[in-house]
Amino acid sequence: MIEIGLGHYLTLGAVIFSIGVIGIFLNRKNIIVILMSIELILLAVNINLVAFSIFLGDLAGQVFTLFILTVAAAEAAIGLAIIVVYFRNSGTIRVEEIDKLKG
Amino acid sequence: MIAHAIFFYTFSIIAVVSAIMVTASKNTVHSVFFLILDFISISCLFIMIGAEFLGMIMLIVYVGAVAVLFLFVVMMLNVAQQKNQWFAAKDSSKHIPIGLIISTLIFVEIIIVIGGWKYKPDLFDVNSSLSQTSVSNTHSLGQILYTDYIHVFQISGMILLVAMIGAIVLTFRQRSGVKRQSYIKQISRERAEGVEVLEVQSNKGVKIDD
Repeated sequence: MIEIGLGHYLTLGAVIFSIGVIGIFLNRKNIIVILMSIELILLAVNINLVAFSIFLGDLAGQVFTLFILTVAAAEAAIGLAIIVVYFRNSGTIRVEEIDKLKG
Repeated sequence: MIAHAIFFYTFSIIAVVSAIMVTASKNTVHSVFFLILDFISISCLFIMIGAEFLGMIMLIVYVGAVAVLFLFVVMMLNVAQQKNQWFAAKDSSKHIPIGLIISTLIFVEIIIVIGGWKYKPDLFDVNSSLSQTSVSNTHSLGQILYTDYIHVFQISGMILLVAMIGAIVLTFRQRSGVKRQSYIKQISRERAEGVEVLEVQSNKGVKIDD
């Protein structure tokens, strides 16, 4: 309990990952919160990669965390641009009112 | 060691609570603020564990850019005052058990994987640590980032460029009635179309811009 090992960090990553998944499934507000949940999931993956990289002594994990950071930033920018365009066209970004694809 | 434990539990409890608040908060602006708090505490964890460069980069990229982008969009779209209908909506009642079941399953599966790894410690050599070397974390990261991973690094630069162009193209719109500066028009202006010489008769004015 006192000795903080790899398992603690992996458990933290698992908890944050699951909270992100819950946020995607249970969200009834708007799509921006879903994008934030995706950011949480990527953050959990980053925690796992960094923890493995530190505890196993291999720097490749940190390099790939850097690339995940890059892709997450690009994804957030594109997703928010799509949301802005959708809001401009249809006037709402509430999850239950977006039903043009009849999903 | 005990300081490590205290810091780990403090930052991870802050991170988990703020992650819950991101998904459960009534106000979207509050969600963004809790997302910022989450990123800050996780980057403190990274700095504490020895990945200083990544912790600082997380602070710069996430808190400085991505979270501010989220805040900007939330304020621009005026969705902050929407009522939270997490459990109140009629249609949402059938989503809640499925979502809870699936995310609990994912959590249990990851915990099982971690447990299986934990009870087989001879699978990896855990004791080799990065801190034995004398170079700093940033130095060693740069040494392999620009040599072994140079192609992946350039590809990530291309991804950023494509994302930037895509965001600009998506949100660009041609608006009518907006006066713009046109350099070509300004440079190619001739004297004949700009100046007109008039014969002004005495006691009569000149009409300009009729």
